Amino acid sequence: MSDDQITIEVDGKSLKAEKGQMLIEVTDANDIYVPRFCYHKKLTVAANCRMCLVEVEKAPKPLPACATPVMDGMIVKTQSKVAVDAQKSIMEFLLINHPLDCPICDQGGECELQDLAMGYGGDVSRYQEKKRVVKDKNIGPLIQTDLTRCIHCTRCVRFGEEVAGLREMGATGRGENMEIGTYIEKSVSSELSGNIIDLCPVGALTSKPFRYSARTWELVQKDGIAPHDSVGSNIHFHVKGERVKRVAPAENELINEVWLSDRDRFSYEGVYSDDRLQTPMIKEDGSWKEVDWETALDAVKEKLNGVIESHSAEQVGILASPSSTLEELYLLQKFSRDIGVNNIDTRLRQADFSDQDSVSQFPYLGQAVSELETLQSALVIGSNVRKEQPIINHRLRKAALKGAAIMLLNPVDYDYNYPLAAKSIVAPEQLSVELASILKAVLETSDGSIDAEAKQCVENANVTDTHRTIASKLIDSENAIVLLGNTATAHPQFSLLRTLAGLIAKISKSKLGYLSEAANTSGAWLAGAVPHRHAGGKECASVGLNSNEMVQAKLKAYVLLSVEPELDCWDSRAARTAMNDAELVVSLTAYRSDEIENYADVMLPISAFVETSGTYINNEGISQSFAGAVSPLGEARPAWKLLRVLGNTFNLDGFEYQSSADVSAEAIKIIGDIKAENMDHWRSPVAIEKNGAGLQRITETPMNMIDSICRRAVSLQQTDNVSDGAIHINTALADKNNLSDADTAKVEQDDSAVNLKVVIDDRVPDDCVLIQSAHPAQVDLGASFGSIRIGKA
Amino acid sequence: MTETTKTILSEHTRSEIDMWLEKYPEDRKQSAVLAALREAQHQNDGYLTTELMDAVADYLGMSNIAVYEVASFYSMFETQPVGRHSISVCTNISCLLMGSDDIVNHIEKKLGIKTGESTADGKFYIKCEEECLAACCGGPMMMIDHKYYENLTTDKVDEILDSLD
Repeated sequence: MSDDQITIEVDGKSLKAEKGQMLIEVTDANDIYVPRFCYHKKLTVAANCRMCLVEVEKAPKPLPACATPVMDGMIVKTQSKVAVDAQKSIMEFLLINHPLDCPICDQGGECELQDLAMGYGGDVSRYQEKKRVVKDKNIGPLIQTDLTRCIHCTRCVRFGEEVAGLREMGATGRGENMEIGTYIEKSVSSELSGNIIDLCPVGALTSKPFRYSARTWELVQKDGIAPHDSVGSNIHFHVKGERVKRVAPAENELINEVWLSDRDRFSYEGVYSDDRLQTPMIKEDGSWKEVDWETALDAVKEKLNGVIESHSAEQVGILASPSSTLEELYLLQKFSRDIGVNNIDTRLRQADFSDQDSVSQFPYLGQAVSELETLQSALVIGSNVRKEQPIINHRLRKAALKGAAIMLLNPVDYDYNYPLAAKSIVAPEQLSVELASILKAVLETSDGSIDAEAKQCVENANVTDTHRTIASKLIDSENAIVLLGNTATAHPQFSLLRTLAGLIAKISKSKLGYLSEAANTSGAWLAGAVPHRHAGGKECASVGLNSNEMVQAKLKAYVLLSVEPELDCWDSRAARTAMNDAELVVSLTAYRSDEIENYADVMLPISAFVETSGTYINNEGISQSFAGAVSPLGEARPAWKLLRVLGNTFNLDGFEYQSSADVSAEAIKIIGDIKAENMDHWRSPVAIEKNGAGLQRITETPMNMIDSICRRAVSLQQTDNVSDGAIHINTALADKNNLSDADTAKVEQDDSAVNLKVVIDDRVPDDCVLIQSAHPAQVDLGASFGSIRIGKA
Repeated sequence: MTETTKTILSEHTRSEIDMWLEKYPEDRKQSAVLAALREAQHQNDGYLTTELMDAVADYLGMSNIAVYEVASFYSMFETQPVGRHSISVCTNISCLLMGSDDIVNHIEKKLGIKTGESTADGKFYIKCEEECLAACCGGPMMMIDHKYYENLTTDKVDEILDSLD
């Protein structure tokens, strides 16, 4: 027995505990129930609800279990008359001001206060006076307040301070007039804000989209995996009949702990968008006709074979969303390659593929999600990780609060919710120059050596103190990582950034990781849904076109899986033109839109994420399978079933699967061992050259615009994390062009021009403009990065 | 500190806050929040606005809501617009015995407002004073703009109020 181990007695049972633990942690670990409202294992102790009072021998009065450290030999009674009387009295106090109208409260049935009132409340209230009433506040589109019900446990306040890193809720006023709220009328803006719905023990904070649409006892809970970032958060679907009514986090300490990002929590609304395509449709003479599945699939066969025969299989391009399941992507690439089409890609927001042969099996995070919080330093390159992977940012924040040096190299000065050790905000074309400077600083202070070619890169690099700080933090830390994010991946010189980041990581003895974009980016690579590799990473004999080549080449036919090319591709304009000009576009889609109806010839309705079984492989390489929670709407079918039948329709061998598990079993057998290793998987560096001059375009995809589901989730679309269709420029550039906020600017890129609203945004560096993708207003501009011109409209 | 904070908090207010900041460790700036709010309220003729509180938050590196919490907790901070002369009549036990009720009634009648209200011209505000002002030997007494007036009579009150601009 170590020195830290002590023994206490609770309700006559002898329990082992560790010094410094609070009593409630020990009772929880031993399944001894102590009621509580304010205590939460992931938050600091407030001890303000007093519900957890227990009797401790030799203490003159009951003590709160959540704030009483255990002591050797302590004798505790949780069920004694003293304890229960204290708890009952507290309950009476709590119910003085709390409304007794559970039947009309949305929390009814899952309310901790209601539950405990059953056990500890009296049947008659002795309180005859007026009850307190608090005016409701509007705190945004996601969270409904009903603050008269608040019992002041302050879990939401502590969550903001301790987890979200953004104190937005507070307790204003005092005594009876104390209120929880934001004081001023404002929307809470944290990307993790929805968690306060789960934390609130009463009906004061509930889900706004869910409000009054079901009672909790009508809901059936089913398991799922969140589909919008590469973390793979575990979730519960709460289903009524055949409809998902809401999403809540499922606890998984290794991945999302007990939290969930707002995007993953509220995106289910997109499943029930009016845009849902519910029957297969074929365009005949310019008008859309509903058909049955057989007709639709026969038409696909006839039309696709027609293009292949009259042109060639090389004239067919297949674009798939990296949010598709492993089964879907595996079958899609199998189908594609079996009919001779090698042009298949899921890397839609990327332009530089030049080093694709040398990179690792999949873009690995570099370490486990749960281990990120043990980092001592991290250099994050080209990422708004806070919005893009909120759960990963939460882990990085935990590391930062423990003293880790988190350092940023970004083209936009994104807001972070923890202290940064160093920050460099530069124009996109300067990213590689900055990395070369950091590499040079690393070489100055370590004994690592690089080959001659790499030396050339750093020769002219200019090293400043910022670079030296970053270098020394990485070198001095035993546990350090260099992370490449979405903006780095979308950068026109991604391969160069990768090499430089790789060399920095290698020489500073850090790890190299990728903050990949979508739920199944890893799965897409492993399933072979890339043009140069088969499932499992085996090199392809004949390499197909990548996504950008496919849209630039204006092929004769395209097959799309959950992709809206004009919103999802790196070059929106080329993508839209390619679709419009193609002879044939087959869209496997859960949604119809004017754009899709305009360019597509066949629309096949596939099920949305809650309606299909499948597997996602997350950033870390963890494979997580899930079952469908509800049946697909209308005639929609899970894409894996559709692809299987498509294989049969084309008379292809090996498409006789009975279930998605058959498909994943086959895929996983081929994939074999997942090799989670990034080190040395880069191309030897080429000389750094500036890519373009003048104004530079930077493109970001706001968190709620990332895929077709989010874009149709009504409440998420009312938040700030959506594309505004504007052009963001800093004050200097605005002054130079005589533009002010809300003006209209004429924006020209290559040979196209659009008018966009001006937003003055000083997060953008000099001589750069920031445009948010996936907004109709900017589609005609084109490539995500490159030269751009602005002027007064 | 942002430029907006510089324009919202006057130079004098900032120098007063700085004096308080010197008393606390570098990383404990929020210790000066009460003093800072007091100065900000003073600068604004007796009440705080959201802009002022946000500026204090920015100046001390606190979140806005944390400053709202403090300002709304303490009764010496006004978070709604009030008249520029704040009148607090002590109505605790000693003053009560010495006739403070008559003084309150007189002031209310004279100014045509109730306790807790401000005159329409923005000159006077009768504050609802909750605590004993600790001048029991001089009761009945009142405090106007931090200044004590003791042994009041209605005539004396008239004289005091009329002398204020």
